[in-house]
Amino acid sequence: MKKYEIVNKRVLTPEISQISVYAPLVADKARAGQFIILRVDEEGERIPLTISSARDGLVTVIYQKIGGTTLALDGLNEGDCLHDFVGPLGRPTEVEDLGRVAVLGGGLGCAIALPVARALHQAGNRVDLIGGFKTKDIVILEEEMGQACTDLYICTDDGSYGYHGFVTGKLEELINSGVHYDHVFAIGPLMMMKFACKLTERHNIPTTVSMNPIMIDGTGMCGCCRLNVGGEVKFACVDGPDFDGHQVDFDEVIARNNTYKDFEARSREKHLCRLGGGAMNG
Amino acid sequence: MANMQMNKTPMPEQDPQVRAGNFQEVALGYTLEQAQNEAKRCLNCKHKPCIGGCPVGIPIPVFIGKVAEGDLAGAYQLLSDANALPAISGRVCPQETQCEGVCVRGIKGEPVAIGRIERFVADWAAEHGLANVATAPKNGHKVAVIGSGPAGLTCAGELARMGYEVSVFEAFHTAGGVLTYGIPEFRLPKAIVAREVSNLEKMGVDIELNMVIGKVLTIPELFERGYEAVFIGSGAGLPMFMKIPGEGLVGVYSANEYLTRINLMKAYRPDSETPILHGKKVAVVGGGNVAMDAARCARRMGAEVHIVYRRSEAELPARLEEIHHAKEEGIIFDFLTNPISIEGDETGHVQSVTCVRMELGEPDDSGRRRPVVIPGSEFQMEVDTVIMALGTSPNPMSYEGTPGLEKTRKGCVAADEGGCTSCPNIFAGGDAAIGAATVILAMGAGKSAAKSIDRYISSKE
Repeated sequence: MKKYEIVNKRVLTPEISQISVYAPLVADKARAGQFIILRVDEEGERIPLTISSARDGLVTVIYQKIGGTTLALDGLNEGDCLHDFVGPLGRPTEVEDLGRVAVLGGGLGCAIALPVARALHQAGNRVDLIGGFKTKDIVILEEEMGQACTDLYICTDDGSYGYHGFVTGKLEELINSGVHYDHVFAIGPLMMMKFACKLTERHNIPTTVSMNPIMIDGTGMCGCCRLNVGGEVKFACVDGPDFDGHQVDFDEVIARNNTYKDFEARSREKHLCRLGGGAMNG
Repeated sequence: MANMQMNKTPMPEQDPQVRAGNFQEVALGYTLEQAQNEAKRCLNCKHKPCIGGCPVGIPIPVFIGKVAEGDLAGAYQLLSDANALPAISGRVCPQETQCEGVCVRGIKGEPVAIGRIERFVADWAAEHGLANVATAPKNGHKVAVIGSGPAGLTCAGELARMGYEVSVFEAFHTAGGVLTYGIPEFRLPKAIVAREVSNLEKMGVDIELNMVIGKVLTIPELFERGYEAVFIGSGAGLPMFMKIPGEGLVGVYSANEYLTRINLMKAYRPDSETPILHGKKVAVVGGGNVAMDAARCARRMGAEVHIVYRRSEAELPARLEEIHHAKEEGIIFDFLTNPISIEGDETGHVQSVTCVRMELGEPDDSGRRRPVVIPGSEFQMEVDTVIMALGTSPNPMSYEGTPGLEKTRKGCVAADEGGCTSCPNIFAGGDAAIGAATVILAMGAGKSAAKSIDRYISSKE
């Protein structure tokens, strides 16, 4: 196998795919909650992706085709190599001796919630994994999630599968039914994490969130990924990506993550045009 | 007979109006004639204070003498034996506080333009395909260098020359450290950095990119892999902010982020994939070289740029040439001014910065007069971008948890002048050891550490 070769590629939904990349040194060290940064080609952007699993020299990541870079990434197939692949970055999730925990995964966030749930489960905690999706057709990793926890609850916004409603709704239902959680992990879109934290704050349950701000170097040099946590500046790449969700200023992160929205939309258009052109030639 | 012209031979430069709109190099370099004219201003004086003023100890009057004689190959040999990266230091050294600051010609008139002659010789050698890449026969000892900035590259070059097998571990996808991500193209073209790195590779130095030491491999694991000594040259670290309201707004950058997007990620090119906000009016907070670089980049990206600095012009820590160039390019300096908050619009974008006026009081710990707020002097500046260039605090990622390795009170690696740390086989230098400083001090530290490493490994035998 070649350096940074894509050894396996699996299409999970029309929008979401999973790749396993040959990077033995990274695979040896990777732990739940950590991430990598990759570049597709010589001129490409650096994008961070959370490690979904790592073994036998392979690091698996899951991506959604939302911007120019992820579209370009999706253009690669098994046997192709990434230009750069660096990690494992960030601090691993702390999983020891928590007791009964709920792990909430929202959409693509389930790809990150999965290794966290697995690590918590293997560390001997009782783990309820609550995975939320818009609709039944885009449910991913159901089998893997089932194996990584004590009880799995799938939720869909439209009620087409499992619990009808948001993950926070399911969590509240469980709490109200008398389940006592020692800790909650919320991983997914910023809005989902924000509302999960509001809920757990009311119930006084310590909550860890996995933050995904815009990032460049991932080693604490540029300060791009800074967050306001409890009134202090923290860097997601070196101090996180896990933080106490009750201390995070979500509104600030939400605004900052939209910094380059117009740019991203243009980049996506450009790539889709190129792909369209390619398809016509083919 | 020496040339007794009082002033330096002027450096040809791009016109300020023109260069404020492009990223090409500002200073164009001497011709042979200009270099020789300037070289002849050196008196070859008895005490040669310039050599003592040089952190890497270049035999300045001797190499300048060779230029005056027209023996450029000889000049390059002398220069490159003492200094692994002459094309770089010739461009970015603060010569006015080092070699040129103590030049006797500077007592009456201007000092010899040592930096410009150094640059000329290095560029001449590159144009003529000359590279000083000779090394001693391999001695079979392996050394690991963390970071490929000026400290790491210099240390690696010196060790390779002595016959060591050197691996340099770089976290980024391109080598060069601050030379690549920080210093802009118009001050230090990236092709020159790439050329110096490629010369090291010709000397047998192995450069491993995408390797974040402390994460993918720890220092103890480097020893397990057969490296007998490790040099930490991981650079300055985490950018500092002012801890004022509004620093989380969209449009507030650290200088490191702004410069990285532009330099390393090439956001200045119209076809670049790298996003950047094109500010119309930018405030850069700080007065060092990094502040000047960020301001001059923002100017080239089309903005009206203000440098906001809390002390007066006399205290600006930046190189004189950078200040001079920034002014020529139309950058506005707001001295004795300090931001106290940043305000945003309803979408969370920067709208203005509120500042206070300062006056200088009694000298502080740094010996400079302490800036004091003038009561009631608050005013608002309308800006859409704020770039914080306030320095950095140490980032211990690469060496965190290394048994027995002591840190300074500030959190840098504790190292003496020779780069020795509390561990006999670990050495450190550059910003990782002394906090944010200059390229040439980092190069000097890399060179001293290489000597210490050689002494340490030789003494084991």
